[in-house]
Amino acid sequence: MTEQSTTPIVEMTGISITFPGVKALDGVDFRLLPGEVHALMGENGAGKSTLIKALTGVYGIDSGRIVVGGVEQVFSGPAAAQAAGVSTVYQEVNLTDNLSVAENVMLGHEIRRFGVIDWHATRKAARGYLQALNLDIDPRSSLSSHSLAVQQLVAISRAMVVDARVLILDEPTSSLDADEVARLFDVVRTLRDRGVAILFVSHFLDQIYAISDRLTVLRNGTLVGEYRTEELSRVELVGKMIGRELEVLSELETSSERAVVDWTGTPYLQAIGVGRKGSIEPFDLDIFPGEIVGLAGLLGSGRTELARLLYGADHADSGETRVAGEPVRLRNPRAGLSRSIVFSSESRKTEGIIGDLTVRENIVLGLQAERGWLRRVPSRKADEVVDRYIKALGVRPANPDAIAGNLSGGNQQKVLLARWLATAPKLLILDEPTRGIDVGAKAEIQKLVAELASQGMSVVFISAELDEVLRLSHRIAVLRDRRKVAELVNSQDVTTDVVVDLIASGGTSA
Amino acid sequence: MATDQMTVQASGKGPQPTVKPAPRRSLPVLDRRYLPVLGTFVVLVLMLVIGGTRYENFLSGRVMANLFINNSFLIVVAVGMTFVILTGGIDLSVGAVVALSTCISAWMFLHGWDAIITIPASILVGTLIGWIVGVMVHVFEIQPFIATLAAMFLARGLCYVVAPESIPITDATIVKLSETRWEIVDNFAVTPSGVIALSVVLVAFVTLHYTRFGRTVYAIGGNEQSARLMGLPVARTKVLVYVISGTCAGLGGLLFAVFARSGYSLTGVGMELDAIAAVVIGGTLLTGGSGFVLGSVLGVLVLGLIQTIITFEGTLSSWWTKIVIGALLLVFVILQRLLVVRRR
Repeated sequence: MTEQSTTPIVEMTGISITFPGVKALDGVDFRLLPGEVHALMGENGAGKSTLIKALTGVYGIDSGRIVVGGVEQVFSGPAAAQAAGVSTVYQEVNLTDNLSVAENVMLGHEIRRFGVIDWHATRKAARGYLQALNLDIDPRSSLSSHSLAVQQLVAISRAMVVDARVLILDEPTSSLDADEVARLFDVVRTLRDRGVAILFVSHFLDQIYAISDRLTVLRNGTLVGEYRTEELSRVELVGKMIGRELEVLSELETSSERAVVDWTGTPYLQAIGVGRKGSIEPFDLDIFPGEIVGLAGLLGSGRTELARLLYGADHADSGETRVAGEPVRLRNPRAGLSRSIVFSSESRKTEGIIGDLTVRENIVLGLQAERGWLRRVPSRKADEVVDRYIKALGVRPANPDAIAGNLSGGNQQKVLLARWLATAPKLLILDEPTRGIDVGAKAEIQKLVAELASQGMSVVFISAELDEVLRLSHRIAVLRDRRKVAELVNSQDVTTDVVVDLIASGGTSA
Repeated sequence: MATDQMTVQASGKGPQPTVKPAPRRSLPVLDRRYLPVLGTFVVLVLMLVIGGTRYENFLSGRVMANLFINNSFLIVVAVGMTFVILTGGIDLSVGAVVALSTCISAWMFLHGWDAIITIPASILVGTLIGWIVGVMVHVFEIQPFIATLAAMFLARGLCYVVAPESIPITDATIVKLSETRWEIVDNFAVTPSGVIALSVVLVAFVTLHYTRFGRTVYAIGGNEQSARLMGLPVARTKVLVYVISGTCAGLGGLLFAVFARSGYSLTGVGMELDAIAAVVIGGTLLTGGSGFVLGSVLGVLVLGLIQTIITFEGTLSSWWTKIVIGALLLVFVILQRLLVVRRR
């Protein structure tokens, strides 16, 4: 697009926001020009969401100025921000699905005649706004009858009703498929050409390069810089986001000299014909000390189900499990824990982190569970353990008293990991430990896993990202349709293509 | 609103951007949201049929008129309660506020105040308590259950301060209001209280369906967080629903004073629960966001009819009323639950 030399529509200077225990933003400057798509980039916890919430009036700012359209603003809430022309479409679509599409578009702006709402005119107006975005749906239909992608477009239509000059799209594409993303981008370009300033947040670099004109990078709550997208390569961008030249990643990439595993001894855990009806078919799996076993397969192929049998969350209805050569029956997670088998869940929000507790309390939980509820963990020991893991994992902020719910996704994942590591497990099962977190944290977690294994811990590593599984694992078990279809020893010859073929063919070629 | 159509489909996921040819049909395919109200209506009709076939004079104008007259205060209270429940809140104070309102009006008449002052005062007491509750709920973020429980004790306690004993009301205006009957047909008469109750229902209906405030009430009940992010005036609306509920309770108290012609501190014990039962039986979801004020009126009428039938039966103890209401409430709550589960 052409360079706009016009004055910025949004100018934020010296914005600082502090949460209990967390300095979320520290003197950040940000500007947004009319008619541009501007990407806000940064790792989890860099302060993107906080900056957006400051601009939309959800959070008050501790210091700094926000100028919108030449007028200094102190937003008391989203309503005030909208009145100034700043509208937001959030990741989890914030509409009310008990009402119709028309109402969701027009709520608060219904057309009135003689003091009462004129529904006919209101619906007609809603249809107009929807059609302006090429959205041909019945305004009377219930919002809940539409897909998330359509709901998102409805939310954008709503933003247009308030005559938004600034449209903020916070992770709008995270649950859309490729066609839906293309459709959304068409709408975004249409709006940009009409002069709307669009602030776009996404984890997908491809999308950033496809749609954005300029970008601003944040790191640890501070401003790194503002760039034209076309003048910044991907590597440079990632480097700026994580604050180093990707050394960790590349280091990991080359460390294919994985620690050697002794496959002749007794496996730490041995599953013989273990299965559970309706969950996963009987499988054999050996996990040796110091070995990382990757589970590859599509979503719903039985990866998590397999893991749940290994540590006792579900009990198997066939087969035998041996721990260190001894047959055991794992009836519940406590039984698994007592055999030093721990499981870090994929849904850290609902099954892992307790958001209202502090980082320290979250970490100590695992230790406490192991000791039983009546024997309190001595506070000196707790302090020592907590400090050690906060340092080792690089939890940010490094403050044990920060409320876990205030941490970014990646850091919550590290806290969760710390909880289980504190119990000194012999077998660590990680279900999607790197999902939804940024490259930097991802690399750190991968590095940590590799280190732990080299110290003799057995690891089961589950991830939807094949290259991650390949990079880390000594052996890979391939799952398909709730069945273990293949098992291969990792080597230079094993590439993602090989694994993808296995998943596709169901192991018949192996 | 009333013509919003939602074809009966298993809440289809997946993209449906295709145009429904959408020629406006005059009669929409039955909207699921109307199902609970329809259920209540069917129950009401069934009860009328059963009563009509079992007892002589059951369907007479007098019985039907009394149904309205005896329950006009409950209708008003239930309308106020509907607003609160639609936002996902609850108001436990209304029974006590009704009592306080009757006590204050009786006390003021006893001390020679004129009806012109007394009547507004007895209503505004409710408004004031509702406002206090609203502020507690909104500003101090106290659970509505606790805030209104506190208001309930407060109001009930004040009743004893104002009127330790029952105070008869002899004021001319009130007497006139209670004795006036406009006969329409065949013993079917309406009273001023009935007219007031129906006007309240009408105003509430228009407010809920044809004003921005009303739509905000539904939006808050649907998803309060979203409503806030959509820039709707959530704070004001939440305070206002409790003000409305309090005012309705105050007005309900006045109607009760007209009905009983006395003020007594033990009036309306448990009436808040009757009102909540009526609202739920009328198809409003306790989680908020879905329901109709007309449903609540039907709910009150169902409760009233149960009582009437038990009275006609003669041999049954009046406690059977409670048993039937309890059973009916259970059935309706389970029904709603099923509807919600299926919608997911």
